[in-house]
Amino acid sequence: MKRIVILFTISFLFLAANGQKFMTKNGYIGFSSHTAIDDIKADNNQVAAVLDISTGDMVFQVLIKSFHFEKALMEEHFNENYMESDKFPKSTFRGKIINLSSVDFNKPGKYDVTVDGDLNMHDVTNKISVKGTIEVVQGGVNASSKFNIVPEDYKINIPGVVRDNIAKTLEVTVTIKYAPVESK
Amino acid sequence: MKRLSILFLFLVFAASLSAQDDLMNMLKDSTKAEINYTTATFKSTRVINGHSVQMMAPGQLDVRISHRFGRVNLGAYEFFGLDQSNMHFSLEYGITKWLMVGIGRGSYEKTFDGFAKYSILSQSSGARNMPVSVSALTSIAATSLKWADPTRTNYFSSRLSYVGQVMIARKFSPSFSLQLTPTIVHRNLVPTELDPNDIYAVGAGGRMKLTRRISLNAEYFYMINSKKYMSETIYDPFSVGFDIETGGHVFTLLFTNSLQMIEKGFVGETTGNWLKGDIHFGFNISRVFTLKQ
Repeated sequence: MKRIVILFTISFLFLAANGQKFMTKNGYIGFSSHTAIDDIKADNNQVAAVLDISTGDMVFQVLIKSFHFEKALMEEHFNENYMESDKFPKSTFRGKIINLSSVDFNKPGKYDVTVDGDLNMHDVTNKISVKGTIEVVQGGVNASSKFNIVPEDYKINIPGVVRDNIAKTLEVTVTIKYAPVESK
Repeated sequence: MKRLSILFLFLVFAASLSAQDDLMNMLKDSTKAEINYTTATFKSTRVINGHSVQMMAPGQLDVRISHRFGRVNLGAYEFFGLDQSNMHFSLEYGITKWLMVGIGRGSYEKTFDGFAKYSILSQSSGARNMPVSVSALTSIAATSLKWADPTRTNYFSSRLSYVGQVMIARKFSPSFSLQLTPTIVHRNLVPTELDPNDIYAVGAGGRMKLTRRISLNAEYFYMINSKKYMSETIYDPFSVGFDIETGGHVFTLLFTNSLQMIEKGFVGETTGNWLKGDIHFGFNISRVFTLKQ
């Protein structure tokens, strides 16, 4: 019985500790495609993200229309033909740092992490696992990652005429500078 | 004990799940409503012959080449019109988000033309709700044919005509857009005194997406002036065509009863009658180059 009480106390403490959250609205996510014919790059500096350092939970929310391209026409095609951003305006990621114990949020430094979670875009959700870095700095936490995604996995069809201009795999770059959230 | 640890695991799991939802909600609370501007009401800056509400983005150059062939009812000897060809080409450039300019030349009456198009309102939803996009066009055209009678005093101003136009458009759904286009054409010199110097017309144009890259467009201008007493029989221009989009190109394959490709020409000078088969096959090619990023 004693054990049970301890367990419940721990789990209660665990829930109570959920207060340590870090957040940003100006995170960066970009992606690029390299082929022999064309280099395409898009940047989004309005990424909203929250990190809960007590649980390792991470969520991201991205407005598709906030991706900006070098060429206005590419941006139009991206929204109109590929992402259908009128129908699917947002992309979200819900995940968790699976090796949270290897990060010491009290000690500034860089820590390698692996994040598992669900990436939703274009109305398709896929489980992904990405490697990244958590950097604990004075007054905040930075997160960065580079990983690849395949547009076809998200039912984004690229027709034959432009098949050679767009790479089969896109490289995604994530750079987030979190600031602490005052607990309510 | 085993049961309890399962319960415990379940609790932690449930806690972590709801935690992610909580985090998501934090984001929802924090994201402020943004203005969501409607894009691509039309695929190019033209519905078919006439201008659409669409602007060229700043720093982008649109090189346009258009052809109208002869009337299809000319028969097999003229290869259903394809033996004859009338062309117009233009360079059009976006200066700012709300201003674009263009210059062009058409083979019909050896006409030079120039225009400026202004974006006045942009359809949007979200933080600001605007039901329509509105653009305005002013253009000038100068013919350069040799004077019919060089012996009399000829004024350069006789070669000129002006157009003022307002485009009011709404993208009703991702696949359907509609535009109304009140138009005034002023011609400095007209063939006879029966012909009015000012032509008033209202255009209607629409676009329906058939696939992601192909849309069906149609366009009609209703001339308000009485066409009865003009020196030549004039018809309202009606055109129907397909926009085919590939990367930086938009191809328009079309059928129309007007031979001319600028406002001054197809409004008020269209002599083809659809019902008699005075139909021209034609195409527009638009190729966009990014000059400034």
